[in-house]
Amino acid sequence: MPSHRSIAPQQNGRSALREKLTRWDVKTAPYLYIAPFFLIFIATGLFPIGYTAVISLMEWDMVRGTGEFVGFDQYWRVLSAPEFWIALRNTVSIFLLSTIPQLVAAIIIAAALDRNIRARTFWRMSVLVPYVMAPVAVALIFSNMFGDKFGLVNSLLTQLGMTSIPWHTDPFASHVAIATMVNFRWTGYNTLILLAAMQAIPREYYEAATVDGAGAIRQFLSITIPGLRGTLIFVVVTSTIGGLQVFDEPRMYDHTGTGGPDNQWLTIALYLYNVGWGEWDFGRAAAMAWILFALILLVGLINLIVTRGLVRDDSAAVAEDAGRRARRARRATHDNAQPVEEASR
Amino acid sequence: MSTPNVSKTFRRARRFSRPSPWVYLFLGVVLLASVFPFYWSFLIGSGDSYTVRDPHMSWLPGGNFWANVDKVVNDPSVNFWRALWNSIYSSTLIAVSVVFFSTLAGWAFSKLHFRGRGRLLVMVVATMAVPMQLGVVPLYIMFSELGWTGNIGAVIIPSLTSAFGVFWMTQYLRQAVPDELIEAARVDGASSFRSFLTVGVPAARPAAAMLGLFTFVSAWNNFFWPFIVLDRQDPTLPVALSLLQSGYFVDYSVVLTGVLLATAPLLLLFVFAGKQLVSGIMAGAVKG
Repeated sequence: MPSHRSIAPQQNGRSALREKLTRWDVKTAPYLYIAPFFLIFIATGLFPIGYTAVISLMEWDMVRGTGEFVGFDQYWRVLSAPEFWIALRNTVSIFLLSTIPQLVAAIIIAAALDRNIRARTFWRMSVLVPYVMAPVAVALIFSNMFGDKFGLVNSLLTQLGMTSIPWHTDPFASHVAIATMVNFRWTGYNTLILLAAMQAIPREYYEAATVDGAGAIRQFLSITIPGLRGTLIFVVVTSTIGGLQVFDEPRMYDHTGTGGPDNQWLTIALYLYNVGWGEWDFGRAAAMAWILFALILLVGLINLIVTRGLVRDDSAAVAEDAGRRARRARRATHDNAQPVEEASR
Repeated sequence: MSTPNVSKTFRRARRFSRPSPWVYLFLGVVLLASVFPFYWSFLIGSGDSYTVRDPHMSWLPGGNFWANVDKVVNDPSVNFWRALWNSIYSSTLIAVSVVFFSTLAGWAFSKLHFRGRGRLLVMVVATMAVPMQLGVVPLYIMFSELGWTGNIGAVIIPSLTSAFGVFWMTQYLRQAVPDELIEAARVDGASSFRSFLTVGVPAARPAAAMLGLFTFVSAWNNFFWPFIVLDRQDPTLPVALSLLQSGYFVDYSVVLTGVLLATAPLLLLFVFAGKQLVSGIMAGAVKG
């Protein structure tokens, strides 16, 4: 295509039109490109969120498709129901039982994958296999393995001479079982995220630490963990958002799907579903949705602060220090004509 | 992208230090834990309804697998083929749509100049923190007013675009396409859409492949919203699985066969594209 400048003078009229079109194109096109996202989001995201707030202040009538304004009554009704507090306890308990062991396991597995292993792609892929499985499928398998009478776990326990555990009647045991499902599916995913962050830590830090005589565990605690700070915060916040919404696993944990005969594993998301689509009380379900959202924001914020506090931000100091040490290390290596890594083993 | 360089330096630095066998043993245990549930499903799925209760259950598969497959696909209350079709259809459509619209929006956010660009991008990212539960009640009311409840379209429409996708493509295109290339295309008289097609789309291909895979997997596994909005007669696979367990007497050999059947397509996809999925997660994490 010829550029505008090369167009002959007699075509001036057309060229002016084209220039106008081009200017219009440059100015408007970007908005057209981002429009689909915003249109869909406004229709299926933003508008429903606002509408949820409205419905939560109403006694919703399914038949008429409208409601009667009752103000904050719905919120009081939700907060004064004992089931809500049981569901809150269960949600927090399952969340803690899934997030903490999951992240600890993910860090350890990532540290193993971060070594110079053979067939690295194979091992990386192997940890991700559970991620492709639907949570519903995972829940069905594990609720079978955690069966009270004939489950795999209990029969192993009794074979080992221990007493079997009432996985479906004891609240805490049911939380452990459900958290296991969540951990099974998400550990590998978080492992890979943490592994990526580990690989971004400059190797010189480790060289320097080796020269200084720091062992593997010391290196892990003083270099790896501080180096993961930003990624750890990211992982903790995303698993907070996901973990507090847990629905699929408790819903599929037994065949009734109601959260247990005594609400042992009723979570807030499951409770919301039961109120909305079991009792058809949309007003109360909407109020619960807002309470859940507030909870997610609150716990997310607490997690952010705690993670920030626990993992000290001394990476700047480490970097400066390590740079100096690395230079020293290289000199030392050079002098001894021997690789640092070998010297350390 | 910095990842390949980093891992190359890393490999060079530690070339001489192969880890001890304990590391492999540990990873082997992790691998076993990852695949054992699949084997367990097959073990139960190849038995009969009594296998689960058998205290001396064999660790070798029984001979009933195909009989159980037959039970799952022909269960009149589950509508397996319909569910399989719905899952394939909706996940594919969602993946294609998310990839297309995310590439388009990512192109605009990373390479085109317009007023409010920064603020709009922040809005996109902020929407990622909003939980699904916050909108379900009105969304359900809206779709039932339109008469679309029970229709697979009600599952597809809210997922046609994704904030994560837009963010992902913006990040990728920002560093994958030099600005000079776009200017060159413009000087040659290409319209903005044409330069998107000739410059943006080819550059976006690797990131688009990963985004497509991710979107497909999460659409396939999605449960909460499809479970609410779909009819029991016209489900997706996870909804169909939930129905397998809903009777009072649950035959786990049939249920776990159903689990395997619903997971098999994704395992197959993983065998062919797992490498990309892994590198996608790792690349996304560095920027995350």
